[in-house]
Amino acid sequence: MALVYAGVCSHAPGITGRADQANTEVRDCFYAAFRRMREDIEASGAEALIVIAAEHFANFFMDNMPSFAIGMADFYDGPIEDAAWLGIDKFRAPGNRDLSQRIITEVMQTSDVAYAEEWKFDHGIAVPLHFLTPRFDMPIVPANINCQGPPLTPLHRAWAFGESLRRAADAVPEKIAIVGTGGISHWPATPDSGKINEAWDRDFLDRWCRNDRDALLSYDDLTVYANAGQGGFEIRTFICISAAAAGAPGTVHFCEPIPIFAVSCTIASYNLWGNDPMPKTP
Amino acid sequence: MGLYYVQKFLYELNRDEGIQQQYHADRRGVLTGYELTDEEIEALVEPDIGLLFHLGVNGQILMHFAALHQIEWADYLQRMRDGIAKHGPVREGVYAMTGYKGVGEA
Repeated sequence: MALVYAGVCSHAPGITGRADQANTEVRDCFYAAFRRMREDIEASGAEALIVIAAEHFANFFMDNMPSFAIGMADFYDGPIEDAAWLGIDKFRAPGNRDLSQRIITEVMQTSDVAYAEEWKFDHGIAVPLHFLTPRFDMPIVPANINCQGPPLTPLHRAWAFGESLRRAADAVPEKIAIVGTGGISHWPATPDSGKINEAWDRDFLDRWCRNDRDALLSYDDLTVYANAGQGGFEIRTFICISAAAAGAPGTVHFCEPIPIFAVSCTIASYNLWGNDPMPKTP
Repeated sequence: MGLYYVQKFLYELNRDEGIQQQYHADRRGVLTGYELTDEEIEALVEPDIGLLFHLGVNGQILMHFAALHQIEWADYLQRMRDGIAKHGPVREGVYAMTGYKGVGEA
């Protein structure tokens, strides 16, 4: 039927795995923003959730690394991480193979995408789902952009992938929500974990909210690395959502650095109907 | 030989409980079949988190290996710092490509 929700959120494993080490006041405000994101997705009437991930060598490795991949299965197991380490119990999330196949078929018209009939979720998807579909009652369509193993997916191709996904979401009869997950500036899992460039993050989110294609695509990887760490490469997932939102204005609902979570914890969404109120669910 | 196969082993270890059981039973034996140098084998058997980081293993792969060994987060970060102090800047991989030398860059 149409894309009914588009947003982005953080996915750092510390969000659940090191929850007890964070400033509780800031952490709880962030968790509350995550809950509101879940409520907004539910209120949109979404019947399936596409998650744009920047997965971390859980399924894809340098032996055969796709620029883009979409899952095509009826279920997905996770997390691959130790459950106690991540703070998320082992789960099986529902998929929808038929819906995935229709979306992939449409995306392939304009973007070259690999498909995967099995996919193990790592924290990049497991942490968002822990907050957004905690009962695992909404079918998930996982998608991935290579943000980890250079050569990385070019930013303008991530944009084109977002446009392809929008066309696909609008072409299926189901109501579709799409959420991109990733960090902005961060140096995850390195000795510099906890370093955050808040000014860079806020400038990026300003470009994201304006949905300014040229400004979002003007980054290059070496400059991103210098200012935002290798975790900054994950802006591809945010940029993909900008393209899927097709020029809509965005709002940042929460963005605060939480060093023990290693990132500026962020919740943001696009108003797909501009200044008009969201149409009522028929 | 080289970073690719070190990471390939860790990638397969991280996502496969069967390989994890093999690793726990026989750390050296499970490495048969991977093109590894003696230095790489020792780092994986020890395990030497600092040396593996120096060799260029991506932290997104390495942190799971540390968790498998019940190494706490703060200890994991310190072991990487110690590895850089002992062995020098990251030798290969995404961090070396981006000019990352260890700690407090950028």
